[in-house]
Amino acid sequence: MTTSRAAWTPRAGGALAGTAFAGTGELTRLAVRRDRIGLSAAVYVIVALVAGTAYSFRKLYPTQAGRAALAATGESNPALRFLYGRLDGDSLGSLTTWRYGIWAAIFTALMAIFVVVRHTRADEEAGRLELMGSAAVGRDAPLTAGLLPAAAASLVIAGLLWLVLPLVHLPAAGSAALALGIGGCGLTFTGITAVAAQLASTARAARGIALGALGAAFALRGVGDAAGPGGPSWLSWASPLGWVQLARPFAAERWWVLGLPLAVFAAGVALAFRLAAHRDHGAGLLPDRPGRAAASRWLSGPSGLAWRLQRGALAGWAFGFAATFAASGAAAKGVGQLFGTSSALQRAFTRIGGQTAIVNAYLAGLMLLAGMVAAAYATSAVLRLRTEETAGRAEPVLATATSRVRWGLSHLGVAAGGSALLLAVAGLAAGLGYGLRTGSPGPEAARMLGAATAQLPATLLMAGVAVALVGWWPGGAVAGAWTAVGAVVAISLFGAALQLSHWGLDISPFTHVPKLPGGPVAVTPLLWLSLAALALAAAGLAGLRRRDIG
Amino acid sequence: MDAIEVTGLRKSFGRTTALDGLDLTVRAGEVHAFLGPNGAGKTTTIRILLGLLAKDGGEAVLLGGDPWRDAVALHARLAYVPGDVTLWPGLTGGEIIDLLGRLRGRRAGIDPRRRQELTERFDFDPAKKARAYSKGNRQKVALIAALASDAELLILDEPTSGLDPLMEAAFRECVNDERHDGRTILLSSHILAEAEALADRVTIIREGRAVETGTLAEMRHLTRESVDAELARPVRLDGVAGVHDLQADGTRVRCQVDHAVLNDVLARLTEAGVRSLTCRPPTLEELFLRHYSTERATAGAPR
Repeated sequence: MTTSRAAWTPRAGGALAGTAFAGTGELTRLAVRRDRIGLSAAVYVIVALVAGTAYSFRKLYPTQAGRAALAATGESNPALRFLYGRLDGDSLGSLTTWRYGIWAAIFTALMAIFVVVRHTRADEEAGRLELMGSAAVGRDAPLTAGLLPAAAASLVIAGLLWLVLPLVHLPAAGSAALALGIGGCGLTFTGITAVAAQLASTARAARGIALGALGAAFALRGVGDAAGPGGPSWLSWASPLGWVQLARPFAAERWWVLGLPLAVFAAGVALAFRLAAHRDHGAGLLPDRPGRAAASRWLSGPSGLAWRLQRGALAGWAFGFAATFAASGAAAKGVGQLFGTSSALQRAFTRIGGQTAIVNAYLAGLMLLAGMVAAAYATSAVLRLRTEETAGRAEPVLATATSRVRWGLSHLGVAAGGSALLLAVAGLAAGLGYGLRTGSPGPEAARMLGAATAQLPATLLMAGVAVALVGWWPGGAVAGAWTAVGAVVAISLFGAALQLSHWGLDISPFTHVPKLPGGPVAVTPLLWLSLAALALAAAGLAGLRRRDIG
Repeated sequence: MDAIEVTGLRKSFGRTTALDGLDLTVRAGEVHAFLGPNGAGKTTTIRILLGLLAKDGGEAVLLGGDPWRDAVALHARLAYVPGDVTLWPGLTGGEIIDLLGRLRGRRAGIDPRRRQELTERFDFDPAKKARAYSKGNRQKVALIAALASDAELLILDEPTSGLDPLMEAAFRECVNDERHDGRTILLSSHILAEAEALADRVTIIREGRAVETGTLAEMRHLTRESVDAELARPVRLDGVAGVHDLQADGTRVRCQVDHAVLNDVLARLTEAGVRSLTCRPPTLEELFLRHYSTERATAGAPR
């Protein structure tokens, strides 16, 4: 004991010993160690995304005329402006900024939000900070250490982009402006999340506040960017995501705009430290609302419980589906001209959609995407069974007059009903989004609803795979089910490009789904997919009946 | 009829043997304490009785049925409190109490008047979200849900871990009420005072086997009396058959005496002139220690 204390004290102190920041270095090292893989992956993906886009645009649009056509399409389509923002010119740099400037900033912000919450409120909620707080650690050290990894990772992203973008032949000044804009967005949301973690008393709520702010930022600049002349285009200025393009990288840079994220970061961090000093450990500034003292009529059987546990997540998914597919559907109108400018892209899209008509191919590709994302949702909903089991919450339920099959069906029911709902939302939203722009919302919505429904059997088959794994291989169910989803997505997106054999492509259930809208409606494969889904689910439930629980 | 009848029950997890021929009989209407240290196999036994784990061998009969095959029908007649209560963080305690009652079905559902009474007795706030509850409060959720039910059998796995002494007393009161209502209770515990205060009969388990079972009176009959005497003159008791753990310090004598020779020993003490004498049955603590100290001795503990 004595020796370990002797070893601990000098290290915990250092130059900061005795100050409110004592121990910051140790805590930061611990945080970085816990996150080393996730943070490196996030940094790599974001940098590769932007640099890769710049590189592939050079290949896809080698001529000035092609780039000008793409820029004109992007600039003239409000739905595309909502998704990607405005274009300043038609240089490769401008196109890169347009296509991935805002989205890279969003990914950087997401990284910052999750990392900050993980090291501040989540640690506090789990009681880990209490353990550290009792060691020789200063009052402000945990918050400082919680913010440093996210801030540092944002700066690393900016630094790497600054270095890498000139390597793919983009001008140095614009590269710097784009890099700082994207990294700056990470800093902005580090500051915002720092405040959210003081306000909320749970990690979930803190993430909710910060993600809500990110969603609002996206919507504000989306409306501002989509607005025509005389519209509220000033809204983009109110959004941290808008600043990325308002700094005008590669087109007469407005450097002072890049000071805005730094100001928000500084203000957020200062406010967070003030709030942290004025609250108790473990408490938030927003009060915990008491709930019902007795259960309502709805919370009765296992299905009522499964619905109650999963409804919040489903609502979030449905909202995301509605927004994404409405915007993507609305973008379909100009899509013919957009891809008409690049023969390589045209070929790629025809391949994914399997249709000659580009709009139909685009919409069919959209529905394939909806089917696969819904399969990811269904998988997560089924795996809730396993989470409940390992957390010890299945035991009290199964010790009541609830059979294992009924318990399994309760979550499987949410997964099946939820993915059906998500696909319906995707179809209707895409149909309405496209139909409102072409003047026939009713027929388009009905047509797209049908196309989305055709994805359901394949989606449910993936849920069936997860049930079978939970029943027969509980220890590997989580990893196995997500590997299956990943493999299916990879086959569907890249299988043809990688020239997989027919056998390889046929593994993915989505290969067998008719390419709708546009393609012929084939019922037989859908029946086979449904039967396979049922068989897998039945097998999984049979496995659940015969194995040990816990 | 016996509420629980287990004979020769066996269960292993991979290479570790959790249960190695366990016998356990719980009579209808009794409070039965199931005692053993952590890892002795108490929870495994309970989980087999609840049909959560499949047995590898032996017999287990619960309320006249097969705990694995008839799980659902049997669970409608019992209530269970797990040793480590984990709750759904987003639900309130009150919601969980009602939910567990409804999941058990009509026959073992929650009596609202009893629910109210128990909530007050345990000084419990049912309107808080479960994530805000301490371990003791989580334990109270499961206890109230079980005690407020009409179940004929209560299976309680270390139910007082995490409760403060005041709440422990409230719990004992509740169990005594249940006894008068004629319910059967299986109470697993490693707290001996709890078993002594509550149990009609006791089964002690060690390394997956029952090492002793019976009423406390029966068990004491098998064992020794603790004698502590202050005498006028020193007395020689060493070498007397039936006297154990002798500590003689001048005129002070402490020892354990088999019931068969108690009379003889008392006669020798009175001969030497008794100034003070305490003679009491062993506590369960001492019974318990005896079983586990022999285990430690056979395991080759350094002397």
